[in-house]
Amino acid sequence: MTERKGPILFRPYTAFSGMRKAFEMGNAKVLATVKDAGLRGRGGAGFPTAMKWKFALDDISKDHQDYSKDRFIICNADEGEPGTFKDRVLLEEQLGLLLEGMLIAGYTIRASTGIIFLRGEYNYMWDQIKGTILRWRAEGMLGENLDGKGFDFDIHIRMGAGAYVCGEETALIESMEGYRGEPRNRPPFPVNAGFNKRPTVVNNVETLCQLPHILNEGADWFKKIGTEESTGSKLLSISGDCSKPGVYEVPFGVTIQAVLELAGAVGIKAVQVGGASGICLSAHEFDRTICFEDVPTGGSIIIFNTTRNMREVLVNFLGFFMEESCGQCTPCRYGTECLLDGILQLSRGECSDEYLSELLDLSDSMAIASKCGLGQSVANPFRSIIERFRGEIYHG
Amino acid sequence: MRDQRTREMLDQDIRRWVDKYSRERSALIAILHNVHRKYSQVSAHAMEEIADYLGIHPVEVYGVATFYSFYNAEPKGKKIIRLCRTISCDMQGKRDLVYALEHRFGIRFGETTRDGKWTLEYTSCMGWCDQGPALFVNSKPYTSVTTERLDAILAE
Repeated sequence: MTERKGPILFRPYTAFSGMRKAFEMGNAKVLATVKDAGLRGRGGAGFPTAMKWKFALDDISKDHQDYSKDRFIICNADEGEPGTFKDRVLLEEQLGLLLEGMLIAGYTIRASTGIIFLRGEYNYMWDQIKGTILRWRAEGMLGENLDGKGFDFDIHIRMGAGAYVCGEETALIESMEGYRGEPRNRPPFPVNAGFNKRPTVVNNVETLCQLPHILNEGADWFKKIGTEESTGSKLLSISGDCSKPGVYEVPFGVTIQAVLELAGAVGIKAVQVGGASGICLSAHEFDRTICFEDVPTGGSIIIFNTTRNMREVLVNFLGFFMEESCGQCTPCRYGTECLLDGILQLSRGECSDEYLSELLDLSDSMAIASKCGLGQSVANPFRSIIERFRGEIYHG
Repeated sequence: MRDQRTREMLDQDIRRWVDKYSRERSALIAILHNVHRKYSQVSAHAMEEIADYLGIHPVEVYGVATFYSFYNAEPKGKKIIRLCRTISCDMQGKRDLVYALEHRFGIRFGETTRDGKWTLEYTSCMGWCDQGPALFVNSKPYTSVTTERLDAILAE
């Protein structure tokens, strides 16, 4: 395998230097630096990381201000979005960076327990991750009094069991507590009442991996990479019709066209950005940019050349949502089924053009009425694919 | 006789895992994970045993076990082949694999061979989209799978 290169995550790094820097700075300054850097969650939603931490740190409950009781930092390693595999690469190749990032996050919000929620599909990595944690414990990098001022921190692993919806943070917590992975109503948010009702911060693998670099190089260095509202870099998981699929680190603000060139893709008619829950772009939009201001993504990029049928793509995504809907709320459970059934009827010529308009309305209703991000995002691929490739939906 | 012995072994195992992970509700997934890995199934009897230790109704365990796609309450094949259903794998020649697997075992996807050795299933994105098509044999992932490589993979 060729050596990966990238502006932040795949640049050279001296192990434990970010962690030592954090201990020198103290947690207030770490929080200020991450805020200044403008770091946003890499799972796709882009929530400001420092704000999430501050909510947990400032939790108003009197009981929660007792820092001797535990609070939690959870690493969301439940990447299940179709077309995403960047967390797999980070876990395999940059595990040290992740553990250090968790430690820094834990130090900042005064949590003493970190938990990696590892998707069931990545069970094969268990031994490697566990082995590294045990080694860190033996070397005194995890355990008691790590900063010489009484900061204790340890990391555990919890397995997922094959449920896409558990990538949603409240469903993830339900699963960790031994329940069905059904999203919770909010408030309360996990930062106030998360795992075991304690203040809990859930961060993406990639977000956590950025932290040691930010502390080492400073917020100004980080802000120079990316765009104004999307600072830093993004890992893209590129698959589909291209000669060089794989994980690439790019600065935010990169155009779709540049991404296609990076992956060696030619003769492309469509790119699905953000996986099944993302949006589809066609050739005349390839000058659009990947960032929270324009086209946000958790990193999934699936490329389709001119030989591909976009109805098959849409049917594949809808089948995925139907399988993975947790079934808790009606718009999502029944809506996904109606959309899939409708598209299949259309392609068999069994219903009218007007029905397609009704299906589009239904997808909009799902976006409004569904309880969590899963049902809310079904309209993204549905509307964007139909608007761009209506002809193929009728007679692919 | 054999059923009796299996059941005794299962009971002992569950007891051991409960001791290892605790009797808290939050231990449930870890216990189910171990039961499924060893027995390829979470039977009604296993659910009752686990519920008993955790002090919850067996239907609570049933609700959780049936929610997650990695666990099954009904008996399935000793080896479960789960092929990634995502479009990226489709585009890398998955259809040939589907035909080859169905012909090889004489069953369709979703079914188990009569001798109880093999089950064919689909699974959601496995995270190997750059090296598709991908499939699991039980929990072990295989990538860039071709019909030519199937023999070697299935013989493992």
